[in-house]
Amino acid sequence: MTELVEVALAAPPDLSAKRSWRSVKNGLMTTLMVSSAVVVALPLVAVVWAVLVRGLKVSVENFPAFFVEEIPAIARRAGPGMGPAILGTLLVTGAATCIAVPLGVMGAVYLHEYGRNNRFSRLVRFMATVMTGVPSIVMGLFIYLMWTMRFGYSAFGGALALACLMLPVVIGATEQMLKLVPSHLREASYALGISKSRTIVHVVLPAALPGIVSGSLLAVARAAGETAPLLFAVGAANEYNPHLFEEANTALSVQIFGNATSAFVAAQDRAWGAALTLVFLTFLVTFVARAFTARVARRR
Amino acid sequence: MLDLRGHRAYADRAFRWTAAGAAAMVLLILGLIAATITHRSVPVFRQMGSGFFTTTRWSPADALFGALPFIWGTAFTAVIALALAVPISLGMALFMTQVAPPWVRKPMVYLMDLLAGVPSVVFGLWGVLVLSEHFGLGRSFLTAGIILAIMIIPIITSLSREVIETTPPGDKEGALALGATRWEMIGAAVIPHSAGGLVGAVMLGLGRAMGETIAAALVIGSALGQITLHPFAAGNSMPAVIANEWGEADDLHKSALIALAVTLFVITILVNLAATGIVQRSMKRGQGS
Repeated sequence: MTELVEVALAAPPDLSAKRSWRSVKNGLMTTLMVSSAVVVALPLVAVVWAVLVRGLKVSVENFPAFFVEEIPAIARRAGPGMGPAILGTLLVTGAATCIAVPLGVMGAVYLHEYGRNNRFSRLVRFMATVMTGVPSIVMGLFIYLMWTMRFGYSAFGGALALACLMLPVVIGATEQMLKLVPSHLREASYALGISKSRTIVHVVLPAALPGIVSGSLLAVARAAGETAPLLFAVGAANEYNPHLFEEANTALSVQIFGNATSAFVAAQDRAWGAALTLVFLTFLVTFVARAFTARVARRR
Repeated sequence: MLDLRGHRAYADRAFRWTAAGAAAMVLLILGLIAATITHRSVPVFRQMGSGFFTTTRWSPADALFGALPFIWGTAFTAVIALALAVPISLGMALFMTQVAPPWVRKPMVYLMDLLAGVPSVVFGLWGVLVLSEHFGLGRSFLTAGIILAIMIIPIITSLSREVIETTPPGDKEGALALGATRWEMIGAAVIPHSAGGLVGAVMLGLGRAMGETIAAALVIGSALGQITLHPFAAGNSMPAVIANEWGEADDLHKSALIALAVTLFVITILVNLAATGIVQRSMKRGQGS
């Protein structure tokens, strides 16, 4: 408030003029603010347009084949095939979710239900913040050194890397949701003589479930688009590989990265088709997450 | 005292320790990351010493590894990205909180979420096949800066919006009641209140821009040894070098790339910590007033 008083005292406003420089400046700045909104919309529209037009072209021309057939081994050959990459993305992201979500939810349960503000949970909370800042390529290198060097390329290595990236996000989102569970629910459960662990499993977690699902899905959407960690851990493949632990695999993001710098139009087309598929998948997951968030909002 | 929990006390304790173990995974993973990558970078530091950070030549064939051009490339692209993203993000955040009516604000929040949800490799693809080819920018520091700017705008905007929304309505109404225009009200009430948080938001964007690998690797041009202020020059950044050279690297070369990762790890963590510290402090102050 002191700033206000200073401003008011320093420059007594001249209210007499009809259109003073003050109102002109105000209009100018408002215009700038509006135009920044337009500037933001431009690249988004341009990217979505390019992905839609060029991606649809390649995937509609070869309709079911593009999503089913294997990737041509010779890059310059025109034609379909992103099936293995779609399967790879689903496999890697699914396995990463199965690792990161239970760990993250349990970790958050400890932080909020047991640790509260003791030294250990403060340290974990701090380190989780640090972990969200770790660049994804560093996570990829780490998994390469810990896992891939010993066990070779596999979808599971990629899943480990993505799980490491997702873990702090899931912990953070879950803890926020646990904070929203009213404490009288817990107290009512204790009053019935129910133990703390059963209270958490049967009362607290169900109450927080939609929020946890939504937070986890947003983490999944982010992870599905990650490329750098997969380059190190998943390797390269052109054929279907449904095995989680064996042999090199591939993913949509890896295919986009590899084909983007190709000189062949056919490979570039496949990159656009893969981009359309990937954007569709991530948006789908985001929409489902939004639906859960809306449910949380309506309950309150 | 009568213990009503009986045998279930064991289950209770087991659950507690499982949860504590899950929480400890964060510490374990971070510790392992730091230990592994530092350990693997030792050979190149034994070879180059601190010259790793000051040498301007990177020539794997001669076992010569100077990271300075890549550190420069990372810093330069990040600065370009911030120069483009900060004014736009702040204008956007102010527009969404102070100017836009609710029926405009809602779709804009949605738009920002969508922009944040597009995978970085898709922006990279667009950058390499559309922006650099059709707009004649080529693959350069500037192209990388533009793509990074597009990627960090949603982050800076949404954080700034949250900080700005903590401005007490009393301050704003007071300024308006004194006859301030909207812009004067923003300058007198909103900006002083949220300055710290806005700095933190910008720094979180900076951390993201420096760590971004794939989009930068696609559009920066992968030129070696460029330390220049020329934005249209092709260059390279730390994460881009790691992604592009890992495949054909021998042992010492790999160690050098891991040393780059260590450098990147340390810098991004410092930036992120400073940023979260600033944001949290200003959020707390916002709630207090």
